Amino acid sequence: MFHIHCPYCDEWREEEEFHPRGQAHIARPEDPAGCSDEQWGDYLFFRDNPRGIHHELWVHAVGCRKFFNVTRHTQSYEILETYRIGERPRFTRDNPDGVVASAPESLDDSDIATAAQEVRA
Amino acid sequence: MSEAIERARTFDAFPDEGIPLESPLAWSFEHVGCPAPGTHSRVMMRERQHDHLILRGGAIVLDEAVRAVLGLSLPARPLELSQGERASLQWLSPDEWLAVLPQGDAFRVETALRSALGDASVAFSDVSAGQTVIELTGDDQALRELLMKSVVYDVHPRHFAVGKGVTTVLAKTSVILRRPDERRWELVVRRSFADYVYRWLLDAGEEFAIGVERDVTAGETT
Repeated sequence: MFHIHCPYCDEWREEEEFHPRGQAHIARPEDPAGCSDEQWGDYLFFRDNPRGIHHELWVHAVGCRKFFNVTRHTQSYEILETYRIGERPRFTRDNPDGVVASAPESLDDSDIATAAQEVRA
Repeated sequence: MSEAIERARTFDAFPDEGIPLESPLAWSFEHVGCPAPGTHSRVMMRERQHDHLILRGGAIVLDEAVRAVLGLSLPARPLELSQGERASLQWLSPDEWLAVLPQGDAFRVETALRSALGDASVAFSDVSAGQTVIELTGDDQALRELLMKSVVYDVHPRHFAVGKGVTTVLAKTSVILRRPDERRWELVVRRSFADYVYRWLLDAGEEFAIGVERDVTAGETT
């Protein structure tokens, strides 16, 4: 039995109730019409495939039916944390141990997306 | 009647007198059968025909209206179930609640809520025709064992106290599992899965000599 903590139900629930929906924190370009084909294609189709910490979007499909974020380790498959949409992850690529004191406050989705772009490049 | 009510295009889905209302389980009762409860039956099953209304919106906005119309407070904490004499309200998600009302009452409640709420951003859906309530009563231990065979959720009283309700998986289909009091469990099942769940429960309850009680007064046409 494998349990995942749903941040909305505030309870550990059976994995069968959940469904993964891919990478989290993908920022939609602010001006879609002004994007080049490559930028738009990147936004639509290209996803990260990191070794280590990965932020994912999951849905509590049979349950509260809310989307939330999961920080998962792609090597150990360990789920490090789950957090609501709009909240900040505690565990990140730069902070793999989840040290709270050093967590920057001003980071938003686009910063994470930019950081991911840089790593990919 | 405010402008919002007119815009919402509500209508009473409950049929007029003379039009029989068929239970989602009518076919099952006829074709699958209903084992009669006996003295050795440790679990009883019966269908409760109610109206179901889904309320969506902000908790604070809805709470006041719901208190005025139903005399119940909106469950604020996750997985909470609040009950009155005639109606019950269950938390389904942070902005969604299920109201289970006496049969034929959904339209009155919906209209009253809309008048009370005016132009607030809320949504109500009458899902009475889409789901039904199956009630299980009987011996504590037998009920728990029957549910343990069927649902993935932990139904031990230490984890599933009275006044709790969850949406979970029952035999690969989704079901809303509620525990209104010490002696009863309620399953809110989808209409299209009602026959499947009914057959599953008969099968799972066979070892407890499950008996089906039929409510002869409500919606009985044959």
